[in-house]
Amino acid sequence: MPFAVKDCALAAIATGVRAHNLRELRDRLMTVHPGSIYYHFWGGLLRAAFENREYMNDFADWSRKAHGLHDEALAERLSVIDPTDFEDLEELRQQLVEVTSERLEESEKLRLLHADRPFMFIRSQIVIFDTYVTIEHPSQLPMTAPMMTPSSFFFHFVDARRRTKDRMDDFREWLMEFGDEFRSLIDRLAGLDPYFVPLVELKEKIADIFTGYFAGETV
Amino acid sequence: MSGLLDAYAKAAGEDTISHLRQLASTLNGMKVVHVNSTREGGGVAEILCRLVPLQQELGFDARWEVITGGKEFYQCTKSFHNALQGNPVVVPERLLKEFEKTNRENADRMKDALEDADAVFIHDPQPAPLIKYFPNRKGKWIWRCHIDASQPYRPVWNYLRKFVAQYDASVFSLAEFSQSLPHPQYLILPSIDPLSEKNMDIPDEEVDHVAATFGLDRSRPLAVQISRFDRFKDPTGVIRAYRLAKKFSPGLQLVLAGGGATDDPEGSTVLKEVQEAAGGDGDVHVLLLPADAHRTINALQRAADIVVQKSIREGFGLTVTEGLWKGKPVIGGNTGGIKIQVIDHHTGFLVSTPEGAAMRMRYLLLNRERREDMGREARDYVRRNFLLTRQLREHLTLMVGLHHGSEDRIGMG
Repeated sequence: MPFAVKDCALAAIATGVRAHNLRELRDRLMTVHPGSIYYHFWGGLLRAAFENREYMNDFADWSRKAHGLHDEALAERLSVIDPTDFEDLEELRQQLVEVTSERLEESEKLRLLHADRPFMFIRSQIVIFDTYVTIEHPSQLPMTAPMMTPSSFFFHFVDARRRTKDRMDDFREWLMEFGDEFRSLIDRLAGLDPYFVPLVELKEKIADIFTGYFAGETV
Repeated sequence: MSGLLDAYAKAAGEDTISHLRQLASTLNGMKVVHVNSTREGGGVAEILCRLVPLQQELGFDARWEVITGGKEFYQCTKSFHNALQGNPVVVPERLLKEFEKTNRENADRMKDALEDADAVFIHDPQPAPLIKYFPNRKGKWIWRCHIDASQPYRPVWNYLRKFVAQYDASVFSLAEFSQSLPHPQYLILPSIDPLSEKNMDIPDEEVDHVAATFGLDRSRPLAVQISRFDRFKDPTGVIRAYRLAKKFSPGLQLVLAGGGATDDPEGSTVLKEVQEAAGGDGDVHVLLLPADAHRTINALQRAADIVVQKSIREGFGLTVTEGLWKGKPVIGGNTGGIKIQVIDHHTGFLVSTPEGAAMRMRYLLLNRERREDMGREARDYVRRNFLLTRQLREHLTLMVGLHHGSEDRIGMG
């Protein structure tokens, strides 16, 4: 099957739900729209950024910030949560509730602390576009990748981890259809952590992997 | 591809235009009407005069209607504006009656345009009650709030909320402006049009000519704030910042330029306050420009070494985007949409006081290379995030989203 290149955009929707302290964050996490969990884990990658992300999701980011909870321990524990470890957004939600509840029990200061700026829960709708570009064979990847948009890489490399059966990116899933022929390329893609770098940089890194592989570079 | 879409494809990329076409094709020539309260002056009118032709170009039956009213109507809506931005304003019953009466009259006038429209975008509070007079409306009605409503004066918001709650969706610029409402609240940042007279590239000779017209010396540093004469824009704070910075940069000149908007009855009072604050200083140029002085504003922003927008409340601040697009670092008030655009040490500096603005002016005037680096980053940031095509895509996405209900994933093509 050829690889159909898609593109996407997120429509952000305010839920009106806000958390001013850790207890509220935990309580709101229990009930907030699942699309909000998605947005705060992945949506940040589609927002404009000048620097690499320090924390991998908005919950961790707010926990760390001076105008948020200013709590490094919580930020670190939230940051290490890998959303692909969970079957679905409900399981991911449970983990967030666990981590925030645990920290709430540990820290008396956090039970009293009121953030300067509340955490605003946002959810999103993802709109998927057809680019009308298809890749017939993996050898075309080095030529096609530089022409794809950063948001296209978001769709195929990040969003894919939520919707594919084995929680992997679309490129690897497609390459696996060719048996073991592209095993080493699959392994190189598996070694790329998508959560820390801006999408423009992620695109460059993936394009470099494709180019390097087909130019016969060894890792 | 049409000439207009072709031109936008050059500025924003072919893929962006392809997205617009895919979204438009699923909406199949819908009738879309925008309603606001002024055809000239202010950011909303500027967005609509470019957005509507682009929607038409994509095959929509797109129109722009303007609500009209008398002096008391605009007094009332200016009070709403101030109250939504946090001022505790008591609006007399007499003005509220005039507000609703004017909306009823405008509803009668616009009946044919609005009743059978597939999507109606009502901009800001002035026309918000129109929905009440269309019980048989066919399409989706969306209320677009361009104002910083993060901490509205509650009695006024509660009055307006009874109208806004009737809409199918609302749009705010930032999550912190959103309210408790019984419908989806989309978050869409405004934008500028790179092809408009205000933002297109113009020859250096034209910049020199405009500067000379206003007596500006191009060999000396220049700070420029472009905005309506409105206390929320803090023009007198900018003059104070200029005076503090001028001690260290004696050649510094300041331009405070803006036009009047037909829906702003306070403009002339604030202009007088600003002229008094300037106090006859020959290097402070207070300019009241006509509403169509887009190229003049373009030239003034390009002539500037620093663009300032020291607002104390701001829905978004398109003049910030305009300054960034022209490769200028912006010193902006730490409020509303300015916070999204001005990124410290990248595209400019956020400040909370005139003293802060003065300190950043001194830093930027001293560091020409840094100023130029920041200017390059600023332009690229706008190109990636704040162009009209992105805003239109989000409007169309909203329309598609409303027709798909609460689905999380919507496929095009």
